[in-house]
Amino acid sequence: MDHSGLLGRIFRGVALTLVLVFFMFPIVWILMMSFQTNEQILRIPPRLLFEPTLANYEALISGQLRTAAGNLEISFMRNLFNSFVLSSAAVVLALLLGVPAAYAFARFKFRLGETIAFTLLSFRFAPPLLVLLPLSLYYQQLGLNDTYFGIVWVYQLIALPLILWIVRGYFEDISPDIEHAYRLAGHSWREAFTRIAVPLAGPGIAAAALLSFIFCWNNFVFALILASADKQPVTVGALAFVTASGIQYGQIAAAIVLSVLPTLLLALYAQRYLVEGLSLGAVKG
Amino acid sequence: MSMVQLLQANALPRRTTKLRGRLLPYLLSLPALLVCIAILVPFVTAAIYSLQRYRLNLPYLRGFIGVDNYIDFLSDPAFWNTLRISLIYTAVTVLLELLLGLGIALLLRRPTRFHNAVSIMLLLPLMTAPAIAALMWKLMTNPGFGILSYLVSLFGVHDFKWASDPSTALFTVVLVDVWVYTPFIMILLLAGLRSLPRQPFEAAALDGVPASFVFFRITLPMLAPYIITASLFRLLDSIQQFDIIYAMTQGGPGDRLMVFQVQAYLEFFQYTNVGRSAALLMILWLITNILSNIFIKNWLRLRARAHSHA
Repeated sequence: MDHSGLLGRIFRGVALTLVLVFFMFPIVWILMMSFQTNEQILRIPPRLLFEPTLANYEALISGQLRTAAGNLEISFMRNLFNSFVLSSAAVVLALLLGVPAAYAFARFKFRLGETIAFTLLSFRFAPPLLVLLPLSLYYQQLGLNDTYFGIVWVYQLIALPLILWIVRGYFEDISPDIEHAYRLAGHSWREAFTRIAVPLAGPGIAAAALLSFIFCWNNFVFALILASADKQPVTVGALAFVTASGIQYGQIAAAIVLSVLPTLLLALYAQRYLVEGLSLGAVKG
Repeated sequence: MSMVQLLQANALPRRTTKLRGRLLPYLLSLPALLVCIAILVPFVTAAIYSLQRYRLNLPYLRGFIGVDNYIDFLSDPAFWNTLRISLIYTAVTVLLELLLGLGIALLLRRPTRFHNAVSIMLLLPLMTAPAIAALMWKLMTNPGFGILSYLVSLFGVHDFKWASDPSTALFTVVLVDVWVYTPFIMILLLAGLRSLPRQPFEAAALDGVPASFVFFRITLPMLAPYIITASLFRLLDSIQQFDIIYAMTQGGPGDRLMVFQVQAYLEFFQYTNVGRSAALLMILWLITNILSNIFIKNWLRLRARAHSHA
């Protein structure tokens, strides 16, 4: 790869700098805005140096927003809490449903298994509203509308295909011989599954769980349709917050930072597995 | 019969009954099957709705009308607008993201420490919720104080209204889509590039083959399965884009950004016309279904390859 001369190296350097600026600037800028007062934000030209304030975060955490028109109650912390509850519950449920099924699909070749795996995969790519709109009418009749359970249930559309296909790949990469030797030594099927297969596929299961959590957290349309204010996650809550708070730009920026921080940290932690997770196991990183 | 199959055949019936052994895979996948059915029920319901005159505000008018909802679309300019905007949005975003993603992947090809750090940083936009990303860009493109509005004013462009001007709205949401999803194509292609065998490149370097020839005759063809899979992934998501457009403009200004799912959402919640909304979504489903069949074939091939030399 040494055919790049000085000119080539300069070109690469400039191109990489432009790439970094384009992709990093919005994150850095919003982070800076979240530490500014409204007066500082509205200043033209904008300044890079400013005296940082924590007032925006304090307002969000205390739930009291002081505006010119008086005090405004905000429940952004509630949204944050909802995101944690909904995403964690969805991942736990998807693991309970998905890991045994992934094991069955990897170890036993049976028709129904392939049908289930492909049905779930094809719904990963179907328009979500196609399922959500009729579901919202059903939910109203069943009393599931605006319940945590109802939302966690539809989050399976996101989490289950991911867990099923990634974990299945990990089980397929483990030689079944180990399990059979263990079985021949007189252990039951269940012991072979819990003591051999699951621990060996552990990294894959953890990666799939982290990624499912991120994608559930980032989801917007499911909760937009099925949840009212007190069950809404941050994605929907942040949009409502923008409408409600109007011109409190500092607080909006702070709300954005709090909404994306958990997933960005998790993504950095799980970056090794992201390639595999994003391609549902088709490309190994 | 392989050793494994022999063991399987002999070992299973010993501690469990034959019947239970054969039922085991079905028992394990039963919960996943139930989820499948729970998804299929609303899907079939949507298909039925699309054949009905069904308005939530006029329940007594509800009735089966065959394919009238679909036929109505043919003479409805709003439908053709939706189809046109969706296709333009998809084509422009996927093409831009593919070119940019491939370019960046080539820049980061050598696995140096710095390149790896850059590729990890580029994951951050991808892991930002698209709806939230739209809000970030909304703050940056605010005509009053937005930093981007300020920057373009330095170049003499005043009154650039970004998403609130019909002539630049599409450009603005495409920009957000490119910001969020280019890293997706980049990391898939980077993984692909780094997994390519070295020999053809070493041989080409020894023979002094020009770089452009290496790129078009060796790199691109070998990378093709990765490019196809990544683009199809993006095509399928892009034609269904909802979050970015809804959070940015709710389909506006006017009907400028009325892509399929935004139009269907408004049809359902604003005009309470369930039948029309369902018919619109069925058409979108038909398009994505054709694409996803092609996609799954490619994806399976790539997946088999990834797991065979794991």
